[in-house]
Amino acid sequence: MIEFRGVTKQYPDGTVAVGGVDLIVPPRTTTVLVGTSGSGKTTLLRMINRMVDPSQGAVLIDGTDVATVDPVRLRRSIGYVMQNSGLLPHRTVLDNVMTVPLLNGTRRQSARARAMELLETVGLDASLAQKYPAQLSGGQQQRVGVARGLAADPNILLMDEPFGAVDPLVRQELQQELRRLQRELGKTVVFVTHDIDEAFLLGDQVVLLRTGGKVVQSGTPAEFLASPADDFVSGFVGADRGRRRLRLEEVDGQRVVVDEDGRPAGVLEP
Amino acid sequence: MNWLVQNVGLVGELLLVHLALSVPAIILSFVIAIPIGYLAHRQRWARGVLLTLCGVLYAIPSLALFIALPAITGFGIRSPLNLVVALTLYGIAVMVRTAADAFDAVSPDTRLAATAVGYSAAGRFWAVELPLAGPVLIAGLRVVIVSTVSLVTVGAVIGVQSLGSLFTDGFQRGIVAEIVTGIVATMLLALVLDALSVVAGRLLLPWARRAAPGRRSSAQPVAVEAGEPA
Amino acid sequence: MNLFAEAIAWLFGPDNWAGPSGITARLLQHLVVSAVVLVIAAVIALPVGGVIGHTGRGKQLAVMVSGGLRALPTLGVLTLFGLWLGIGLRAPVLALVILAIPPLLAGAYAGFESVDRRTIDAARAMGMRETQIVGKVELPIGLPIVVGGIRSAALQVIATAMLAAYLADVGLGRFIFEGLKTRDYAQMLGASLLVILLALVVDGAFALVQRLVTPTGVRLARSARTGGEPARKRTPARRTITEGNPV
Repeated sequence: MIEFRGVTKQYPDGTVAVGGVDLIVPPRTTTVLVGTSGSGKTTLLRMINRMVDPSQGAVLIDGTDVATVDPVRLRRSIGYVMQNSGLLPHRTVLDNVMTVPLLNGTRRQSARARAMELLETVGLDASLAQKYPAQLSGGQQQRVGVARGLAADPNILLMDEPFGAVDPLVRQELQQELRRLQRELGKTVVFVTHDIDEAFLLGDQVVLLRTGGKVVQSGTPAEFLASPADDFVSGFVGADRGRRRLRLEEVDGQRVVVDEDGRPAGVLEP
Repeated sequence: MNWLVQNVGLVGELLLVHLALSVPAIILSFVIAIPIGYLAHRQRWARGVLLTLCGVLYAIPSLALFIALPAITGFGIRSPLNLVVALTLYGIAVMVRTAADAFDAVSPDTRLAATAVGYSAAGRFWAVELPLAGPVLIAGLRVVIVSTVSLVTVGAVIGVQSLGSLFTDGFQRGIVAEIVTGIVATMLLALVLDALSVVAGRLLLPWARRAAPGRRSSAQPVAVEAGEPA
Repeated sequence: MNLFAEAIAWLFGPDNWAGPSGITARLLQHLVVSAVVLVIAAVIALPVGGVIGHTGRGKQLAVMVSGGLRALPTLGVLTLFGLWLGIGLRAPVLALVILAIPPLLAGAYAGFESVDRRTIDAARAMGMRETQIVGKVELPIGLPIVVGGIRSAALQVIATAMLAAYLADVGLGRFIFEGLKTRDYAQMLGASLLVILLALVVDGAFALVQRLVTPTGVRLARSARTGGEPARKRTPARRTITEGNPV
């Protein structure tokens, strides 16, 4: 379990990136931090592995204040996947995935075996192992990024807009893969995105943040739709534009679900 | 200071001579390098060959070039023309690469748009590509100015008069003030010409005044990286 | 072409190679002085440039120092040091060291700075220590540019060492200053051709080293970026530095 207690981040120039966040991330679930740019969602994420230290408050992992843990050791125990994969360009795919286990002192042979296994887990062909990041497509690079994040078998996986830079089709594919992985592995995933649809698709818990790093609402996707806290939330989830207001129509004896403009969204199963 | 007061006429005269040697070389190299750079930008095969040639040229020590060039051109070693030709060659060596990069930096979308609205190849070059390459070209020109003004002084050791004569004369007669004057005057001259080129750039390229942050920081490493051949 | 024939004849004249002021001796002096100067300057400039590139602190200072030092006329610096320190090797060596620092500093700084901030961020987030980030990420990726700086400095030193012969009895430049006095153009041209050859060989050798130290993945990334049209938007200056600049 990850717990944020009154966490604030203020920079020397006075900008407040995170403004007093209290939040609990339950274990073995996916929590999605969603918000526009400047809402402090990435800053919040990076506090978990001490890439950023809060100026007030504390972040606790299973009851331990992360401020008391050596940042390097902490980071090696937490998986991190970022936008643009952040792969080391001068190392092969395999070496990239092996990086953290090797840093942790795992023997080369077992790190290698583990890395090959992980490539398969994230749906990459073994033949890609000896390629360099530049030889992969954007989607493949992100898969390698996920494999690298999982390499040390961490309990926590931090994902910072991991699918933000790939094209929509590949993004959908990667999102489904992540859902599958999460079902299989059951990690505590903290996921940052600015895309509300992605948040609703992946999140067991969704946390909506607003400029100045304040939590506007948190809850399950269904709770967001059923009772948005205010107009800002309605606007963000698209409820005010009718995107989320669906109704039924009878077409050829089938019950078709349509949105407010009458565009079909799907068919209701009996 | 005393030395300078007594010799202000001499320094002024050498300054003019220095100008007369460096300005033609700077202008010639700029004008000659642009079409070569454009060719390197357009033709992949030409790029490799031209840039390699420029690299080789730039690697040649200046004193050796000053001595060797007359064997090809027929000018005398002490002839100012010999120096101007050599300096022009160095200027070209610096400038071609920058010019090729400058044209590369013109967005392909802009080029496509220019073609689409009906520019001919030549019209597009003069009206679109050259002006848009301008800021980087000016950055290259600034490097050429600083390196050329400094290189002119080397001519003094083979007997071509310039501010560099203050170095050789001061060294032989043991006058520190004379050498210091030469150094300061050379750097000031470079600074003034550099400032002029910046002003000219602003007048000719008004839209680049608030250039993108990347553009601004990109101009500096060029100046840093491309020093003068000695 | 007669002039060249005479110069070649001088270069191949066995008498000209022997003795304490023969070609062999002068060439060795030139090489030793250049190498010593380069090592001293590198020991000073590379760590400083690396630290600046790694931390991003003192960037303005580095740009100013390297920019300012480069505007210095080399002959002026040489003669000034010659007057201060007298005849001998100390003056040219010190002057050459000072003149070699800017390209080395700029190369080291640019090399470390060239590494994508996101790559470094990812390395840190994975749990690399600062020393590991320097050793396993910044150095291997930035090394070609650092070597490019050394290459520029080496050429600068070889060229300026020619001028050093104006104030000290050292190096291949002596043939030129002696030739000027005795009006022996064959000797001057011969020595010039020799030093041009030397500069090109050194340049080529460093170019080769640059290629060898460029990690395969980095080279692939570069060609992938410059291959497609839109990738051409990459800042020109960055590429100039990446491919190493002749000085």
